[in-house]
Amino acid sequence: MEFLYSNLLEITPQQLVMYAVGILLIYLAIAKGYEPALLLPMGFGAILVNLPNSGVLNQPLEGLGEEATGIIEWLYNVGIDASEAMPILLFIGIGAMIDFGPLLSNPKMFLFGAAAQFGIFIAIMFAVILGFSLNDAASIGMIGAADGPTSILVSKILHSNYIGPIAVAAYSYMALVPIVQPFAIKLVTTKKERLIRMDYNPKSVSKTTRILFPIIVTFVAGLVAPTSVALVGFLMFGNLIRECGVLNALSDSAQNVLANLITLLLGITIAFSMKADQFVTIDTLKIMGLGLFAFVFDTIGGVVFAKVLNLFMKKDKKINPMVGAAGISAFPMSARVVQKMGLKEDPTNHLLMHAISANVSGQIASVVAGGVIVEIVNKILMTLA
Amino acid sequence: MNENIMYALEIMGKGMFSIFAVIILLTFIVYLMAKITEIRSNKKGGQEEA
Repeated sequence: MEFLYSNLLEITPQQLVMYAVGILLIYLAIAKGYEPALLLPMGFGAILVNLPNSGVLNQPLEGLGEEATGIIEWLYNVGIDASEAMPILLFIGIGAMIDFGPLLSNPKMFLFGAAAQFGIFIAIMFAVILGFSLNDAASIGMIGAADGPTSILVSKILHSNYIGPIAVAAYSYMALVPIVQPFAIKLVTTKKERLIRMDYNPKSVSKTTRILFPIIVTFVAGLVAPTSVALVGFLMFGNLIRECGVLNALSDSAQNVLANLITLLLGITIAFSMKADQFVTIDTLKIMGLGLFAFVFDTIGGVVFAKVLNLFMKKDKKINPMVGAAGISAFPMSARVVQKMGLKEDPTNHLLMHAISANVSGQIASVVAGGVIVEIVNKILMTLA
Repeated sequence: MNENIMYALEIMGKGMFSIFAVIILLTFIVYLMAKITEIRSNKKGGQEEA
């Protein structure tokens, strides 16, 4: 009868910590509504992979002289390790969900998407100072892209040892945008700046422009950073399906069925990298701290860039610097935060459409950043080899 | 570690430059497309009036 309790005796203190982490993620997903589609599967997956001799991982069956295949390990090997298929396929759904109209009618908002990637590079710098290797530091920096699938993909391509903590940090901080961003925005703006009003006079965007846009973005990003083609290409493929007007059923499937299915499996599959022996380390705490740092500096980068632009703008054309903070990829949370803060300062100042434009620009800039970083780090590692 | 800090600075410089280069190019193309669309719709409007 020993087999009934032998597994119980095998539970390690680290595995107990992982059960607590799993339950915390499930609590945050259900009770607080923080990114529930990702945090709940990840939390439950964290419990599954940390049960002793768990059947979701490959286990040797010594009596039979064989190895039983574990479903989560198989999903990880096929969907992430072998092909990075899951995060890439998710981009088709994300692309189909994005309406670039507000950005196309106000193209200067593009710039904030670029400026708000600054936190990625600051986090890379601090990760290196804390002793992480270059590929791990670059992967950790990608938490600042505020884009879960991109963070996972870049960590995988760069063979980072910390894919689990990076995914948890990326999704946790995306959920915590309403707490992190107001703090960072207030740190670098005055009340007078937060009161700046912006007129919204959208120009109509032709259907041809909407259709050509995803094709042009793919060419431009692909030629500058070829490694970004998988990311940008699939994002823009999804958007082309949406905008072409002749594939409405596919667009609908991509936005709902495909995105939901991949999200469901991605969360529980990423849990494979949350095994106690890899996750319960001091490095995980450092990564969580660096992730927070990246989000704060993303926000500061966007806001400060808006303030610099204002130096060259006419008085009636000035930009509310808070809009710059919406240049991160966390859509639509970041735009909502800016709108809410604007209304708090002045109940008649609506910044939502400007913030949405910056926010969708952030979605393009974050995937471009992912491709660019893989390209640069790969070249540096080649010279070191 | 000092060497890695230099590489991190290189990643920062080249990375931000590349992201801005792509985004500025896209901004320029979108402005251009908007201009072309405006000229074409103005021409159409002019022809209809004539």
